[in-house]
Amino acid sequence: MATTNPQITSVLVANRGEIARRVFATCRRRGLATVAVFSDADANAPFVHEADAAVRLPGHAPAETYLRGDLIIDAARRAGADAIHPGYGFLSENAEFAQAVLDAGLTWIGPPPAAITSMGSKVESKALMAAAGVPVLTRLEREAITEAELPVLIKASAGGGGRGMRIVRDLADLDSEMANAAREAGSAFGDATVFVERYIETGRHVEVQVMADAHGTVWALGERECSIQRRHQKVIEEAPSPVVDAVGGTMRDDLLTAARAAAAAVGYVGAGTVEFLANDQGEFWFLEMNTRLQVEHPVTENVTGLDLVNLQLDMAEGHRLDGSEPSLRGHSIEARLYAEDPMDDYAPQIGIIDRFEVPGVSAEFEVLDTVGLRLDSGIEDGGEVGTHYDAMVAKVITWAPTREEAASHLAQALERTQLHGLRSNRELLVGILTDADFLAGRFDTGFLSAEKVETLTTGASNVAEPGMFHLAAALADAALARQGGAFGADLPSGWRNVVSAFQTRAYTTSAGESVEVGYRLGRAGLEVADGVLPEGAGVQLIEATPQRVRLEIDGVIRPFTVNRYGTTSDAGDAGGVRIFVDAPIGSVTLEEVPRYVDPASVVAAGSLVAPMPGAVIRVAVEPGDHVMAGQPLLWLEAMKMEHQISANVDGVVAEVRVTVGQQVEPGQVIVVVDDGEQATSTQEESHE
Amino acid sequence: MTIIRSTLDTSSETFRDGAATMTANLAALDSASAEAVAGGGEKAVARHRQRGKLTVHERIELLIDRDSPFLELSPIAAWGTEFPVGGSIVTGIGQVSGVECLILANDPTVRGGSTNPWSLKKMLRAQDIARENRLPVINLVESGGADLPTQKDIFVPGGAMFRNLTQLSRAGIPTISIVFGNSTAGGAYLPGMSDQVIMIEERSKVFLAGPPLVKAATGEIADDESLGGAAMHARVSGLADHYAVDEQDALRLGRRVVARLNWHKAGPAPRGDIRPPRYSPEELLGIVPSDLKIPFDPREVIARVVDDSDFDEFKVNYGSSLVTGWAQVHGYPVGVLANARGVLFSAEAQKAAQFIQLANRYDTPLLFLHNTTGYMVGKEYEQGGIIKHGSMMINAVANSTVPHISVLMGASYGAGHYGMCGRAYDPRFVFSWPSARCAVMGGAQLAEVTYSVSKASALAQGKPFDDEAATMQRDLIERQITAESMPMFMSGRVYDDGVIDPRDTRTVLGLSLSAIHSAPVEGTDAFGVFRM
Repeated sequence: MATTNPQITSVLVANRGEIARRVFATCRRRGLATVAVFSDADANAPFVHEADAAVRLPGHAPAETYLRGDLIIDAARRAGADAIHPGYGFLSENAEFAQAVLDAGLTWIGPPPAAITSMGSKVESKALMAAAGVPVLTRLEREAITEAELPVLIKASAGGGGRGMRIVRDLADLDSEMANAAREAGSAFGDATVFVERYIETGRHVEVQVMADAHGTVWALGERECSIQRRHQKVIEEAPSPVVDAVGGTMRDDLLTAARAAAAAVGYVGAGTVEFLANDQGEFWFLEMNTRLQVEHPVTENVTGLDLVNLQLDMAEGHRLDGSEPSLRGHSIEARLYAEDPMDDYAPQIGIIDRFEVPGVSAEFEVLDTVGLRLDSGIEDGGEVGTHYDAMVAKVITWAPTREEAASHLAQALERTQLHGLRSNRELLVGILTDADFLAGRFDTGFLSAEKVETLTTGASNVAEPGMFHLAAALADAALARQGGAFGADLPSGWRNVVSAFQTRAYTTSAGESVEVGYRLGRAGLEVADGVLPEGAGVQLIEATPQRVRLEIDGVIRPFTVNRYGTTSDAGDAGGVRIFVDAPIGSVTLEEVPRYVDPASVVAAGSLVAPMPGAVIRVAVEPGDHVMAGQPLLWLEAMKMEHQISANVDGVVAEVRVTVGQQVEPGQVIVVVDDGEQATSTQEESHE
Repeated sequence: MTIIRSTLDTSSETFRDGAATMTANLAALDSASAEAVAGGGEKAVARHRQRGKLTVHERIELLIDRDSPFLELSPIAAWGTEFPVGGSIVTGIGQVSGVECLILANDPTVRGGSTNPWSLKKMLRAQDIARENRLPVINLVESGGADLPTQKDIFVPGGAMFRNLTQLSRAGIPTISIVFGNSTAGGAYLPGMSDQVIMIEERSKVFLAGPPLVKAATGEIADDESLGGAAMHARVSGLADHYAVDEQDALRLGRRVVARLNWHKAGPAPRGDIRPPRYSPEELLGIVPSDLKIPFDPREVIARVVDDSDFDEFKVNYGSSLVTGWAQVHGYPVGVLANARGVLFSAEAQKAAQFIQLANRYDTPLLFLHNTTGYMVGKEYEQGGIIKHGSMMINAVANSTVPHISVLMGASYGAGHYGMCGRAYDPRFVFSWPSARCAVMGGAQLAEVTYSVSKASALAQGKPFDDEAATMQRDLIERQITAESMPMFMSGRVYDDGVIDPRDTRTVLGLSLSAIHSAPVEGTDAFGVFRM
């Protein structure tokens, strides 16, 4: 069948974001036309603009859009695509969809539906693998689980990406957790089947990239290690694996052999990944096979020099894998940059990315041939991270001859990355990449404990001296303020013939703290009020423009770049502008505090504001109810989670400004509780 | 382009000596300024803050655009008088919502912000500056009214304050009052005469007569709030146009009012590409020798003040003890007249008269840099017509309509002070360096004159002449006159707009010129009869 496949001329990518762009990039290099499908939320996304043709999938939710195989196949027909690439996630491992694509007379850029089905059932796949001689962890029957088997891992049969997974350490929790996992799996994958296996706590996640042609050749393109995970989602991926290197001996060959056997056992064609759980002693067990391209495929591309999407297309056209398996070179590491707050239980951050700039990028969606930096990103400046899809902003990938070089290059690049608008896991990534244990290869899938995340994140955001960033922001703002107005900009900033006070600017830090920066530019140069910099720090101003400030601090000149987002009025008095100060030594995000408090904007004391955008799902009180501080008043649903809004004071509910089902915005007043004190807050202390 | 070549020797004894004297004088000036900033002193300021009020400087800082310069005027008014330094009011030019405004702000920590004769002089001077330069006026009012014991020096001339306000308004210059506290009796006319008024909830009190006076006059019993509270004026009388909840809100509203003035400066904008002087302004510290008998080259000053040290001299070889020429300061063109060797001869006077006429033809503002002991005396000079020539210069200065700025660097004595546009000749701004001396003549000279006159008179009348007593008297007079010709004394009387640090000269001139260009800059060809 494969040899008769027609040549592909136009590829529809049934996916979004960076993976759509990734596939398009190879298509363009091959001279193929590209077709995008997009949900309403993605109407302005870069992948839509880049495609030669784009077809709208009305709606926002995946179930209405990227999971609608029928609409996608119809889109391919309308746009003249003769092949469909599923990317990863969504319908990429859906055998019915693959079959429907084939039935529609289109080329399916993926494995045969039967292989998907075999590997899609984790229960069936394990049996198959065991039969093929691949080591597997035995599945535990519910009835057979005793204290001795704990801890155990519950997994969704149709799952991936950590959803539907549960670790159970207490036998009493097993049934409820299985039910929870089944429900989650059902809603995520449409298949509620779950199974239980032994949980290897100190396991390492090692996987082998395979590429198989339709003529019986299977290449194993080296292994990747993805043990750095958060909530079962990979964060850092690399090739080759440090544990395989450390164990040495025949481990690598054994792994590759097992992977080839796994692919061969199901008649696999195309790109796939055989995932194993390994330990530091070199034992490993088959976990599952992902019958698609993986998020982390770039690290394999970099160490093999192969364009895996290009090979996928070759395989789909029925070409043979010629010659011997490519040899591996150097080391490649990928970091997944997420718009999430690792310190707040990875809460996804949604909103506009004002600016995303990774300095020193040498390739995008392309194999790195020399030491350098690759960026696979689905977002551009001004782009939006929404509630409907994954919060991954980009993948930043390095290649270097050694692991140490690759890690330090990637850490440096991330440290200098300007990601403005949303909180991200950037600091955590930098923390991991510079962590001694990580660098020594001493880690497992449990590496990112809550404490470790906090240490790494705060360590890397260890902008050792935030004061200098605040000062840089104030001086840049001062330079900006001096650009307009009646007194020419060449007259000295803040000049006084009679000196009485410092110029002051106030900011709110990302941690919610208020900082006030007092400064004065006099004959003696820059003078800074106490409390901004550590006592005794010598500081001189070298240069200040609205975008760039250079300060000499204790004899070292440090450059800072300052970017602002958000509109303001009244010559900056109104505040609200978000300011990002980036330096080679770190980044700080600030929000300008309004110079004056407009009484019209003062929120009544006892008002409860929505902490995030979301929908009201339940209201427990009505006006007139007596409430105690801490008593739940209503619930919001945001980001698939329920958030409880509780009373902040004892008192009487004065107003409930929302109804069930209503969408609320952050900062919107939703309930007012009258605590019997004066209803308006004072702002006597709020100005300088 | 003609760049001045400086020959200043900063290692010379004269320079170091001059710099040392200047530094000491600046320290004295700084402590006088600090005294003014301290207002009514620690206790009074603490009490003021306890009431949740901002100090006068804090109010101004919160009113003007952040990071913009502020030129405080007459900061040491009342220095050397029985009243506290500063005159219980702060005046100055600052930028509010992008508009240069003249700000007058009472200091309520100094005797309740009451107006004494020096406060009045300072206020009237500030109003003059507003009128001449077309600067919108913002009054930050909180004053207990006139200082009653000195009412005789205030009451009659004080009426000008209100007349000026309405005349400013008639001239199209906006007037705004923000009332922070009491503004009663006569003070009530400050908001009354203003175009727009902002009052503050429970703070502003504006009435002609308070509860006790009303009770005495008519028997009516009324409280402050109903007689003149902000709420009453905002809702009932309509005297308040804007109602603020607190001080910062009032200042915020004030900025919004200015933002909506639709204000445009009437003078030409400065030229772009402004370059700083090529020589360090720090060197201005030592240019004036501590002994004013030693002349100094004003080109060394000009080289450290004007843009790019670029100065095109006029009549360089004629009347060389007065330097005249064209330059630019912060992008504003100026004609400079600077005394070079103290004395003005006929040639210098004629050169000045011609130069001033030229500046009027070219609509170019004039900058006078004083270091003169006056016009030359003696038979040769009288016969040569020094009176006619001096008069020509004074005629030109007096009738010139381009803006003038005077800076007293050193001596400014006698008719030379007039010819160089002393305060009586209405320069838009006058500033002094701490090295300046201003009097009819030098102290020693004046004392010597009194001594010889009394001696001659005694001899003529055949009376015995007590030389010892006359010498003592002469020394006393010399000390008095010298003290009274000192810049801080002069500034205390509001005879200048402030004593400035010489190193700030360029900035002060830049700010002054910028303010000046709020009004049109137009010369004239109409002068008095030049006696030939």
